[in-house]
Amino acid sequence: MRHSIAMTVNGRRTVLDVEPHRTLLEVLRDRLDLLGTREGCGVGECGACTVLLNGRAVVSCLVLAVSADGAEITTIEGLAKEGRLDPIRTGAIQCGFCTPGMIMAAKGASVLEGNLCRCTGYAKIHEAIAQSASPPAGRETTSA
Amino acid sequence: MRPFDYVEPRSVDEAVALLSRGGERTRLLAGGTDLIPRLRRRQWRIDRLIGLRRIDGLRDLTLEDGVLAIGAGVTLEELAASTTVSDVCPLLAEAARLMASPQVRALATIGGNLCHASPAADLAPPLLCLNATLRAIGPSGGRDIPIGEFFTGPGRSALRDGELLVQVRVPAVEGRGVYLKFSPRRAMDLAVVGVACFRSHGVATVAVGAAAPTPLRVPASPDEAAARCSPIDDLRASAEYRREMVRVLTRRALEIVP
Repeated sequence: MRHSIAMTVNGRRTVLDVEPHRTLLEVLRDRLDLLGTREGCGVGECGACTVLLNGRAVVSCLVLAVSADGAEITTIEGLAKEGRLDPIRTGAIQCGFCTPGMIMAAKGASVLEGNLCRCTGYAKIHEAIAQSASPPAGRETTSA
Repeated sequence: MRPFDYVEPRSVDEAVALLSRGGERTRLLAGGTDLIPRLRRRQWRIDRLIGLRRIDGLRDLTLEDGVLAIGAGVTLEELAASTTVSDVCPLLAEAARLMASPQVRALATIGGNLCHASPAADLAPPLLCLNATLRAIGPSGGRDIPIGEFFTGPGRSALRDGELLVQVRVPAVEGRGVYLKFSPRRAMDLAVVGVACFRSHGVATVAVGAAAPTPLRVPASPDEAAARCSPIDDLRASAEYRREMVRVLTRRALEIVP
């Protein structure tokens, strides 16, 4: 049986019918076309699917869409303000697959314990996040 | 995942009724962090999921009459961040912080960690040291299960058919505790072994995880603790190594809380 759920996704109220066995990740990608949220391991280990659920960073592959009824969801797409990228999105990208999850974890949890990157080391990523959190004086940033 | 039905009861009684009517292929959904991977790997086949998130009270965390009452639906993140938990039993908060990742801790619950009855459940050794009681409600009413009687085997607990764990009750006792989790990675890893130690009025209590078919209270002596556990060989470590680590970590824990 399908269930009707209502979520606020990136500030927009969204109502849709979902099957109970669909994850929030599947609904974001396949139904709402928000492809920035990635499926890595699919079992909560890698963090590539991290989104904010009611302000908290969670792995969306372990959340059933039905249990997100009433929730406020922010995905990587929700961080772009007025066509400009959020200040956190600077550097430290190789293939980019893990990047949205890293950014959402940095936003929601401030630590990267739960995110894997298979291209590179983590030093640049940590640096980029630290830089975005406190841009050095005089440095040009995209923040409003 | 294979399709299943989903219901969200509004009360414990309603959940218990659904659970006892449902039989084997009805499961409870709390945080989902253990359940969803099992469903995805098709380890479990279910017809119906009972979502617990709309039940009032399951996420309450209160200190009353010297007992810290933790709703089974309290998340690991809430345990780690709660000033009440950190004041009354810092040992438990410490163990919660060492589990999984922030994105999982925001979902996973204390009740789920205990009910899955993993031999490596990180919250179990601290709760064994602290003499916690688990309150369950079933079709014939409620009962309190001492945590020492709760785990009956890997993945098996003393909960009867139709019973729901609703609260973890921890007596607030003066003392000092420590949880030593030994794992190759500092995050997102299971314990090779975990040792909790709590000393109150000069008496030390020690409990171990991942060193026997269930989390286990052991004597507060490194040699006797090692002798009492019955670890297995698996991809994380050999039984022999685990036993040795129980000895080492028990010694360290006893030194940390003299």
